[in-house]
Amino acid sequence: MSGHPSNYEPQTGFTKWLDTRLPIVRLAYDSVVDFPTPKNLNYWYTFGGILAVCLATQILTGIVLAMHYTPTVDGAFASVERIMRDVPYGWLIRYIHANGASMFFLAVYIHMFRGLYYGSYKAPREVLWILGCVIFLLMMGTAFLGYVLPWGQMSYHGANVITGLIGALPLVGEGIQSWLMGGPSIGNQTLQRFFSLHYLLPFMIAGVVILHIWALHVPGNNNPTGVEARKDPEGLKKDTVPFHPYYTVKDGFAIVVFLLIFATFVFYMPNVLGHADNYIEADPLVTPAYIVPEWYLLPFYAILRAITFDIGPIDAKLLGVIAMFGSIAILFVLPWLDTSKVRSMRYRPVARQFFFGFVVASLLLGWCGASNPDDPIIPMGSDKLVVSYTDANGNEATQTYEEYGAAASFRDQKLDEGVEASMAVDKAPAFRFVHLAQLMTLYYFAYFLVILPLLGLREKPKDEPTSIHKAVLGNDRAAPAPAE
Amino acid sequence: MSEAQTTTHETIDEDRRDFIHIATAATAAAGAGALAYVFVDQMNAASDTKAASSLDVDVSKVPVGGEIRVLIGGKPFFVRHRTEAEIRAARNVDVSSLRDPQTDEERLVAMQDGAFKPAILVTSGSCTHLGCVPVGPAQGNTGDFGGWYCPCHGSHYDTSGRIRKGPAPTNLPVPDYRYVSPSVINITL
Repeated sequence: MSGHPSNYEPQTGFTKWLDTRLPIVRLAYDSVVDFPTPKNLNYWYTFGGILAVCLATQILTGIVLAMHYTPTVDGAFASVERIMRDVPYGWLIRYIHANGASMFFLAVYIHMFRGLYYGSYKAPREVLWILGCVIFLLMMGTAFLGYVLPWGQMSYHGANVITGLIGALPLVGEGIQSWLMGGPSIGNQTLQRFFSLHYLLPFMIAGVVILHIWALHVPGNNNPTGVEARKDPEGLKKDTVPFHPYYTVKDGFAIVVFLLIFATFVFYMPNVLGHADNYIEADPLVTPAYIVPEWYLLPFYAILRAITFDIGPIDAKLLGVIAMFGSIAILFVLPWLDTSKVRSMRYRPVARQFFFGFVVASLLLGWCGASNPDDPIIPMGSDKLVVSYTDANGNEATQTYEEYGAAASFRDQKLDEGVEASMAVDKAPAFRFVHLAQLMTLYYFAYFLVILPLLGLREKPKDEPTSIHKAVLGNDRAAPAPAE
Repeated sequence: MSEAQTTTHETIDEDRRDFIHIATAATAAAGAGALAYVFVDQMNAASDTKAASSLDVDVSKVPVGGEIRVLIGGKPFFVRHRTEAEIRAARNVDVSSLRDPQTDEERLVAMQDGAFKPAILVTSGSCTHLGCVPVGPAQGNTGDFGGWYCPCHGSHYDTSGRIRKGPAPTNLPVPDYRYVSPSVINITL
């Protein structure tokens, strides 16, 4: 915790000399060696360290890729293929970068769910949480920009969809859209600026990460009990352990396991999280049948598409955009929406059920985002083919079929008679992906706007332990001395 | 301030200081604004991008029942040669029942002699929902209403390019174009 006395004592002449001029070693010592950290942190708390590794990996591989990449509409796709085929180990560096983005988001989602579960956003950690939300926004921006750079079909048309979202805003939308694209459409000028910004944003993320860690080190870590470490020297000593070696080793172990999973993707299934269409060069005249964003944006995409109805003067399109951005914006005000004084869901048995519901809703939204909204999940009856025709006397009639062959031959027979005939699919009622997405979107917003505000006032939480030490050891006696 | 300093500057003219503060801040703000304007405006379309915003299209080359797709400034446009049946279908619609009511005639541009050429329909090629390029006759899917179908989110357009079903809010816009001759049109952005 900042404000804890510095225990750093420079040992050598040089470090003594440096300490009176730039106490950088002292800063590092107080932050990552002697920093008192709650002694009950579990593996869910290792994702901060994992995320630092992810950011470093992306920046390192990204700088290398930029050495070989050509940000022009004529050269981008070919330069990526050149990286894959001709540049020594280019394939490895690119696969690390591409899968690294997925790993980064995987880790950040676990990190965020952990924060939600243990109430890490509550006072006095609101600013820490908001800075985390800023990082998440910057990550999404960076990932979107980066996905455009290979100039594949998904790159181009995904960028079209996203910039189109901004165009949906009333009055100023189209102006901002063409300002962002630097012309009437996504073209060379857009690719160049996206490349420039894709290079910039990770360093902005790094800057906000420093603020995030600073804001973490003022109140200190939250922990699975949600009970603050005691401030008095005696209590602090019982509730905490120094960051090094306890958490450097624990984080280090988690990082190694994480890198094993990362490597499995890079070496054995480097394209499984990507989209095959992005290996087709961008063609503005051909839209891929399914435009889907990368997996980590799917829940938000599902929320966007779930809004299929107008409310008053606001049409469905704008409403979808508002809902999508709202689903992220709501995270920023979460510290003031949750009214419960109890941080950890360990002691909020009712809230915990709703939290797991929220995790399930998020995953289901991801599934909806990946699926065609009109596809049935639970069909009620089977689709029918309806042949409509207008006979020579102007009488309209229809004929319904279950088999395509029969319907087609009936239509052709009508056409032979010189009658206008057409065939359409009459879809059977079904519970479709769009319905699931609507339900889950409702739950997503209700969780923040209704459940957390009301539950904090109404639920009866279980008793929290009086201290971290007590939660770990069940009593406040000093641990027995280890056998020599 | 120390004793010695106050004696050397016996009076402090507060008004003069305020003026200097305000003038300095105003100059800095104006400078920041002037600089910001440059950095914001450089993102707008460059002159060469703006210049590439018009194209002549020979509509006589479009096969009946088919269409050609042209890019102007990177934006797609459809030039469709409609069949008699398609024109009839576009005209036999109760306009008031449409989401974005427009008659077929309103979506055409007269030739130089004032006559319409209903066989040729020119529309924007971006779905008004989120800007995907709908598929049409060449891709073998014209949707439920014989015009275009947007594969992204399932918008169906009829043979006049009007939205009939799906999430798109408005018809495919008719671009700014004119007949240079009975067989050549000039489309501008």
